[in-house]
Amino acid sequence: MTAQTRLVTKRMVDHPTDSHTLKRYMATGGYKQARKAVRMTRDELVEMVKASGLLGRGGAAFSAGLKWSFLAPARPAYLVVNADESEPGTFKDRQLLERDPHQLVEGIIITAVANEVHHAFVYIRGEYAKPARRVQKAVEEAYQKGYLGDKIFGTDYDLEVTVHLGGGAYICGEETALLNSLEGLRGEPRLKPPYFPAAMGLYNKPTIVNNVETLSNLPHILEGGVDGFKALGHAADTGTFLFSISGHVRKPGNYELAHGLTWRELIFEVAGGLREGRDLKTWIPGGASAPWFVPDDHLELPITKDDTAKAGSMLGSGAVVVMDDTTCVVRAAERIVRFFSHESCGQCTPCREGTTWLEMILHRIETGQGRDVDIDLLLDVSDNISVGLDWPPKMTTICPLGPSAVSPIISITKYFKGEIQSHIQRGSCPFA
Amino acid sequence: MSRWRQKTRERARQIIATYPEKRSAVMPLLYLAMAEDGYLTEEGMAEVADQVGITPAQVLSAASFYTMYKREPTGKYLISCCTSISCMLLGGDDVLHAVEDEAGVPHGETDSAGVLSVEHAECIGACGGAPALQVNYELVEGVTPEKARQLVQWLRTAHPDVIGTDELQNLFGGNPSFDWAIREDLGAIGPYPAFSPLGTAAPVGGEE
Repeated sequence: MTAQTRLVTKRMVDHPTDSHTLKRYMATGGYKQARKAVRMTRDELVEMVKASGLLGRGGAAFSAGLKWSFLAPARPAYLVVNADESEPGTFKDRQLLERDPHQLVEGIIITAVANEVHHAFVYIRGEYAKPARRVQKAVEEAYQKGYLGDKIFGTDYDLEVTVHLGGGAYICGEETALLNSLEGLRGEPRLKPPYFPAAMGLYNKPTIVNNVETLSNLPHILEGGVDGFKALGHAADTGTFLFSISGHVRKPGNYELAHGLTWRELIFEVAGGLREGRDLKTWIPGGASAPWFVPDDHLELPITKDDTAKAGSMLGSGAVVVMDDTTCVVRAAERIVRFFSHESCGQCTPCREGTTWLEMILHRIETGQGRDVDIDLLLDVSDNISVGLDWPPKMTTICPLGPSAVSPIISITKYFKGEIQSHIQRGSCPFA
Repeated sequence: MSRWRQKTRERARQIIATYPEKRSAVMPLLYLAMAEDGYLTEEGMAEVADQVGITPAQVLSAASFYTMYKREPTGKYLISCCTSISCMLLGGDDVLHAVEDEAGVPHGETDSAGVLSVEHAECIGACGGAPALQVNYELVEGVTPEKARQLVQWLRTAHPDVIGTDELQNLFGGNPSFDWAIREDLGAIGPYPAFSPLGTAAPVGGEE
């Protein structure tokens, strides 16, 4: 049950030193599916991906096929690969980019054909220099082989791919911010409506924005068929899912798994459990934006999209951050809130001001300057960013960044109120 | 620091040609400007503005949004220590403090010799190999405060022209997020990403 199911990570595991090369890619069935796809129709491909149940792997878990089907009919249309992986705890796309870039390029070709796109962009975060070099090399090789450029695979289909480096802004992982950034503007999210990328995306043209892992799955869906892909998964969560596990576990890393394990199995078996003599205190199930889980309530819960949502959190981008009993939750929450405060683009007042205030209040609690009213104040400020403190959040802002900063606040006030109070009463951090 | 060399302009034209609209080339051109002058100067931004046909203010508007466009003189080696949640849990703050102490500059600043800049970075996607840092955006995972000090000393004494990630990882790293078995041939030549379309990626060890 806890064995990994290799699909998007298979080649890199079988061939650790050269999985990134064209030679290895070709020797392991490379570009056969793109060659097939380029002779298929848009309807056939969209229907196939819809039927496969493939959900976007960037965090929102929206049906990839459905997303494609929403693409407005006007042309030109564009494809933008979101490789701006920046959510704290997430490092799975880096592995796919570095170690199997041709798999991504093949996914790009399939997606482009399915959406009648003739120019695709790979937006890679600027800090991912090595991954970007690998993708650039793969793209150049694909051009040389005639898989990209004019008349790909000997058909009449033309496809250009441009690899674009970001500038160090988490918010550009939000799809409309990414599009602004790609247009040479500040990476500020756009209002939806009207700026749904499928209708008004890059240069106000219909645009598909897909995550690296999502696209990397496509060659496998074509190869193994819809049923094969569904059979790998768990009920509604078809295919595999890359979990990035980090923090206080013995075996951190990326694990490709089917859904349906329990959190106990993931943390204690797959990730090797905690270090000697330490107990599990809490964990973040789906990236820094997600509300936290605790052993008493969630350890036996199956890891599925629905079960996680019912328990008030999300699997997001698959980042699991595990914290043991030596962790000060105030400090951990402060660090996450600091991230969102730093990365707020500043457009919306609740986010710009609220995340700054939350960071300052947590900082003073952590450094022994907390006041009795601070817990209520944290919740009050949070309520102004995300009314009602529900998950998924009610939005007061253009994008979900602000409400994401509220997740750690909800979590520590719900599960660790005594620990926050202890900081305030002692006038210092009990873990310092 | 004045106008770009012909070679850089030619490269800018090639980059612009890969986009349907010129303005989309602003970000790569800003990196070109940094590579030309060592950091992003007013003149560099004016040149970018010229190349894509927008005003210098519009270029500044974009440049000032992103943390990687350094608008102040930056050291030959930019050391970015991750202190986001996963690195923090495993001692990222101690690594940052060791780097600050050994370099003799607090984060956000550059030493007087213009050799080392130190910054704390938000998540650099190396959580499985925490704590991690980057030198000129080339990654080292599984760093300790002691190894981080050695890294700073090494940069000061060895003064490498090209920063290669494999060498950094071998000398100063520990457990990585995932297998690093693929050899990396290219490295960084300044405090900006090493990427061949920008002309900023150089062979590690001096040969292609």
